[in-house]
Amino acid sequence: MSEAAAAVRSGLWSDARRRLLGNPVTASALGALCFIALLALLAPALSRWGYEHLDWQHLAAPPGLTAGHWFGTDRLGRDLFVRTLYGVRLSLLISLLASAVSFLIGVSWGAVAGLAPQRTDALMMRFVDVLYSLPYLFVVIILTSLFRRGSILVLTVALGAVGWLTTARIVRAQTRALRRREFIEAARAAGVPPAAILLRHVIPNVLGPVAVYATLIVPQMILFESFLSFLGLGVQEPQASLGNLIYVGAQEMESATWMLLVPATFLVVLLACLNLIGDALRDALDPREY
Amino acid sequence: MLSYVLRRAGGIFLTLFVLVSLSFLIVRLAPGGPFDQEQALSAPVRANLERLYGLDQPLLVQYGRYLGALAHGDFGPSLRQRDYSVGELIAQGLPLSAALGLTAMVLAVLLGVGAGITAAVWRSRGADLGLAAVTALLIALPSFVVGPLLALIFAVHLHWLPVAGFEHGATRFLVLPVITLALPVAAYLARLMRASLLEVLRAPFVRSARARGLGATRVLWRHALPPALLPVVSYLGPALAFVITGSLVVESVFALPGTGRFLVQGAIDRDYPLVLGMVVVYGALTLVLNFLADIACGWLDPRVRNE
Repeated sequence: MSEAAAAVRSGLWSDARRRLLGNPVTASALGALCFIALLALLAPALSRWGYEHLDWQHLAAPPGLTAGHWFGTDRLGRDLFVRTLYGVRLSLLISLLASAVSFLIGVSWGAVAGLAPQRTDALMMRFVDVLYSLPYLFVVIILTSLFRRGSILVLTVALGAVGWLTTARIVRAQTRALRRREFIEAARAAGVPPAAILLRHVIPNVLGPVAVYATLIVPQMILFESFLSFLGLGVQEPQASLGNLIYVGAQEMESATWMLLVPATFLVVLLACLNLIGDALRDALDPREY
Repeated sequence: MLSYVLRRAGGIFLTLFVLVSLSFLIVRLAPGGPFDQEQALSAPVRANLERLYGLDQPLLVQYGRYLGALAHGDFGPSLRQRDYSVGELIAQGLPLSAALGLTAMVLAVLLGVGAGITAAVWRSRGADLGLAAVTALLIALPSFVVGPLLALIFAVHLHWLPVAGFEHGATRFLVLPVITLALPVAAYLARLMRASLLEVLRAPFVRSARARGLGATRVLWRHALPPALLPVVSYLGPALAFVITGSLVVESVFALPGTGRFLVQGAIDRDYPLVLGMVVVYGALTLVLNFLADIACGWLDPRVRNE
């Protein structure tokens, strides 16, 4: 009796949750991520300094308890703790939005290709192959060079516009497998139009596996965003992003190590947590692993 | 084999054509132009400039002209760096960038393959576990963090090497950039090599080689290694793309006068011909290496070329 009850309770999602939280590494990564995200959300309330505020009494001050500059200040006397948290905020915002954009494009492209006739499908996927073989950060650089520099919207769209390729491949493969299934054929026989089949029958069924992959896009987007901001093509001063903070830190590291180490540590911890969680999620939802 | 090579070569030209056309279209369809400055130019000056660079022609004519010139190796004039053609600018920086990228690739392959073999042979021992931790760390760290950190340790604190900059003929300026560029690729190759060698070592033909009484060394080098190298070879194309993208950052971190800064500066200045030229050169480079890697795979493994 109790065994049967246990069997009922152990569905895919509850199993996955148990596996995720049961692993100490994953659980602590999840905790650290939540902590950083919370800090970033509360950033304006946590310190008495604003991210643009110039404190002339403490220019390039090292980390310490004086005057509330816990992680020190930069050359202009701006508080590094607050600027780093604003950077995390912006990086998270851009990467989440860009992941959403790429998710949307990838799912639509893949599902349409999967349902389309052979020739259209081949053409659409050939296009994906071509884009795949390009160093696609270059395409992002072209895109960002066209509009006003530092625009968050442009950055998001440019990143999203190139990140959808793998998603499209996964969705297309899933759709291909689905299209011969009985319930799709039944829908088609009942006269449901293709668009409705796509939206109501195909997409809900492919979302699961793709959603897992999407969690691995987020850290990639953070990395790309920081990369562009580091080169001076992404987020612009006075706004702070982890990338441009690290750039300034690299310029100043001979006299002020903390300007490099503080944002770099935040970036590395953030990336590590997201990657660990994404990998763990993928393993947890894949029953073959157990 | 020949038909395989030809098919792949055709694919390259198609991809390159798509790349050029796509970049050209994106660049020309966007709002804003290279002559939009803080101070607006007067209408006649602007018209003259646009006529000089052919920007007043219909899009299709511009596209045709660009392709025609490109076929002759002419990337057009730079719109911002006066008196220089894009070709000259690229030729100026390319030797250094190529040396940097090539050295990094060679170092990465040597380190990665060596570490991968070590890890696979001494599986689950100290060396393997240590390498697993190190490779995971190196793959996770972005090069714009690793570069400054290496400079901080080896240049600022230990004074072994220069922090940044370049003097002609002085290789010590290239040590840290090459290492920064090579490390993540080496780490990835080490993982690939380890996994694929472990799989091959379990294969029946390796067991039968051992059963015939061949020594462990001979089995490893003559029987197991060649097929195990296949995934490593096919990763060389993507690895080059990675090195090229990484070189943008590394050249910026270590203030090297390579081609990377032209792409970045060109993007900031909206210098279309410069950005387009850089994309074409780097794109062609990536594609050619992908092509060579494909050929090498086909040569190593008949199953690939008969697909």
